[in-house]
Amino acid sequence: MSEGTGIGASVKRREDVRFLTGSGTYTDDLNQPGQTYGVFLRSPHARARIGAIDASEALALDGVLAVYTGQDSAADGLGDLPCGWLVKSKDGSDMVSAPRPPLAVTQVNYVGEPYGLVVGETLAAAQQGAELVMTDFTELNPVVDPASAADSETIHEGLDSNVVYDWGLGDEEATDAALAGAAHVTQLDLSNNRLIPNAIEPRAAIGVYEAASGDYTLYATTQNPHLERLVLAAFVQVAPEHKLRVVAPDVGGGFGSKIFIYPEETIVLWAAGKLGRPIKWTAHRYESFLADAHGRDHITHAQLGLDRDGRFVALKVSTTANIGAYLSTFGSSVPTFLYGTLLAGQYKTPNIYVETLGVYTNTCPVDAYRGAGRPEATFVVERMVETAARELGRDPAELRRLNMIQPEDFPYETPVALVYDTGDYEASLDKALELADYGGFEARRRESAAAGKRRGVGFACYIEACGIAPSQLAISLGAGVGLYESGEIRINPTGSVSVFTGAHSHGQGHETTFAQVVSDKLGIPFDDIEIVHGDSGRMEFGLGTYGSRSLAVGGSALIVAADKIIAKGKKIAAHMMETTDDNVDFEDGTFSSGNQQATIQEVAFASYVPADYPEDLEPGLSEKAFYDPKNFTYPAGTHIAEVEVDEETGEVDLVSFVAVDDFGEIINPMIVDGQVHGGLAQGAGQALMEHGRYDDYGQLQTGSYMDYCMPRADDLPDFVVDTTVTACTHNPLGVKGCGEAGAIGSPAAIINAISDALDGHNIAMPATSEQVWRALGGK
Amino acid sequence: MNMTITVNGASHQLDVPDNELLVDLLRERLRLTGTHVGCDTSQCGACTVHLDGRAVKSCSLFAAQADGGSVTTIEGIGTPGDLHPMQRAFRECHGLQCGFCTPGMIMRAIDLVARSDGLDGGAVRDGLEGNLCRCTGYHNIVHAVLKGQELMGGNDE
Ligand code: FES
Ligand code: FES
Repeated sequence: MSEGTGIGASVKRREDVRFLTGSGTYTDDLNQPGQTYGVFLRSPHARARIGAIDASEALALDGVLAVYTGQDSAADGLGDLPCGWLVKSKDGSDMVSAPRPPLAVTQVNYVGEPYGLVVGETLAAAQQGAELVMTDFTELNPVVDPASAADSETIHEGLDSNVVYDWGLGDEEATDAALAGAAHVTQLDLSNNRLIPNAIEPRAAIGVYEAASGDYTLYATTQNPHLERLVLAAFVQVAPEHKLRVVAPDVGGGFGSKIFIYPEETIVLWAAGKLGRPIKWTAHRYESFLADAHGRDHITHAQLGLDRDGRFVALKVSTTANIGAYLSTFGSSVPTFLYGTLLAGQYKTPNIYVETLGVYTNTCPVDAYRGAGRPEATFVVERMVETAARELGRDPAELRRLNMIQPEDFPYETPVALVYDTGDYEASLDKALELADYGGFEARRRESAAAGKRRGVGFACYIEACGIAPSQLAISLGAGVGLYESGEIRINPTGSVSVFTGAHSHGQGHETTFAQVVSDKLGIPFDDIEIVHGDSGRMEFGLGTYGSRSLAVGGSALIVAADKIIAKGKKIAAHMMETTDDNVDFEDGTFSSGNQQATIQEVAFASYVPADYPEDLEPGLSEKAFYDPKNFTYPAGTHIAEVEVDEETGEVDLVSFVAVDDFGEIINPMIVDGQVHGGLAQGAGQALMEHGRYDDYGQLQTGSYMDYCMPRADDLPDFVVDTTVTACTHNPLGVKGCGEAGAIGSPAAIINAISDALDGHNIAMPATSEQVWRALGGK
Repeated sequence: MNMTITVNGASHQLDVPDNELLVDLLRERLRLTGTHVGCDTSQCGACTVHLDGRAVKSCSLFAAQADGGSVTTIEGIGTPGDLHPMQRAFRECHGLQCGFCTPGMIMRAIDLVARSDGLDGGAVRDGLEGNLCRCTGYHNIVHAVLKGQELMGGNDE
């Protein structure tokens, strides 16, 4: 590890001091002058027609200021919430979008769907008012089970069925032929459990409208303030883009759930305009459970064909993806382009075909949650490979090794539309095997057996596509926006630096790592560099943070901006040194030509006080850049889990977990390790305990921390994490992204380990003690 | 009701509704927003403060229950220039990411260390069982608490 504050140093985070002392400013910590409070009216039914809404009693209550319903927002011309990614079915037809008004107008389609807003002088008044609103609902039959949704009653009026799309990717004929000719075919039915993201900070929003100027401001828990502004202006038409500012103050975790353009933020802003006073809404945790977009929820059948030597010849995957009641902002892309394209994994499988049937159900919309499609893909590939190894009596590590793409194969084009630029998969595998002491496993298994426990080991050799995304490619596949990132570097007259980035930090530590990058590049002291993010009023544009893209795309934009700074600085320095700019070098913050030198601070000062200055050059030293990635980045690695299963109770103890990841170059190892730890915990949660469950009536059975089991400190071991490095070949930092890997590899590794302990039983997630006990024959 | 409460050393005479929660008194009335609210079922621990020297979840107490008592919040244990050893340890060990669970974790951790005569990793994990963190996977929090214990060098509060 390098010392200091440059690239590669574990610099302690500068954002910590405010968080540690209670001085962080999260949305709910803010108050606005004249602020009122909003409480949403939410559907108690999974599917019902909305009849008369009688708000007279509520409005008569002291302190209740207004009640707005879907009729009001519709009458005001508020647009529907759009889905930002158009996915086409196999037959070329567009996906079927059910209109999603921000407040339901005629019909509610999931429990918790907002259909009205009560505004009060105080939160208590708004709450009491909400209880007094009488709504006539006519209940309709809900469709809850995704497996039968396609053949069930159509939940949305005006649509032909509950099928959103029937999407496919790859060569089906060739895949079928290869499977028919395979020496061995492994088949599995798999499910990927519905998860509820649960950032510990609940979503919150404050809408502000100033009548005199017509300016709107939205303070909100968002991972992408500019995208929120764009959608609210262009599609929902709450306010024109230039009259709307979106601010994301400190945000307490996101994991995807704060990417999306939700009804609540939209309505709070719109209603603030109607009322002429600021309105604040902060979710109760039960609202987070009911109405934050959920994750995963797949049912899959997969077949893997192998030849006589154990080489993979074909993989065929058929998935039903639960979309929920509506298409959320990126809900269409997650079970298609972010999933099917990853099914090659780390292997040279020559034939792959995947089809995804997206279906509407009367449940909360499903969208990206940490990993978004890639954990689902990894789960399929790695469960299949592990099961094939067991069926063939092969060592699971060695079967993987046999099939891995080798360093000399890069760039490697997969049969499912991606071109991997670089990697060394065996290097991570070998390091993980060593750290996990794989050689000693059989001895440990015997020890456990002697103590009456079954021990199992499981692998996941995952790959992910991060640094989302090359705009042209994404748009050609249906994305509604470009996926570049912007950055601006302003060298101030005194030589300090203000950096503006469109990436957003909600725990990732950008204020530290981005300062390291700029400090390293420009040779300016770390402490002189300030990173500003999260405010559409302060930086030009941004696409925000998700898909492990901040450093690879947002960091690269800063490098491009810094290169422009250096180029301009050379011109200024050349003038000072009475030479031409191609005779000027820049290193460690100093411009030089022959024995003449000028620091970047001196050059900056000269640019702002241009007394003796190049004739044709603009004053000032401030540069902007947009960086559009040329390809995805492809982090990959090997995760190895070891579990002990109690035969009596079915309880699973995650005894050890080793993760060796290749994230390319690393800016701050301490922060990278932390990102991996967090992802692993979420993956362990998925594998062992978390499950968002609806009953047959569409009521959420897991609507609080009492019944949605989140990993706690005593559920997890210390993790062993390490890295190998192959530098990304197409971005200037050589970085790949590390935010999601933990959540991508770990569910498969843990379930493979439990399956190993259960002699190959295909245990479903979450592998609760009840599930495992039943698998062991308990009744 | 009329009540007296000492918060971070300052005494307050307040007239609060009977049903006001301690956490709302702290956050809304005194604007001490370092204490957070993460749930509605007393299960996340984000709201943890000290009441008369013991860690309590301030969302599960009425303000009135703290009448005559002394409360310490995250704002009361250290300042940016003079962090409490446990705050220092969290920074050293990267025991926080988004920071939302952090005040509760630290208040809980200080109490945990103060009340034990030497914790190991397992005991820390058991002791933090009432506090949820979604970011860190707990790994670095556990190391931070052990480090904080070392820096606190026994009972420090
Ligand atoms: S707010 Fe969750 S325990 Fe108090
Ligand atoms: S640091 Fe984000 S919840 Fe703990």
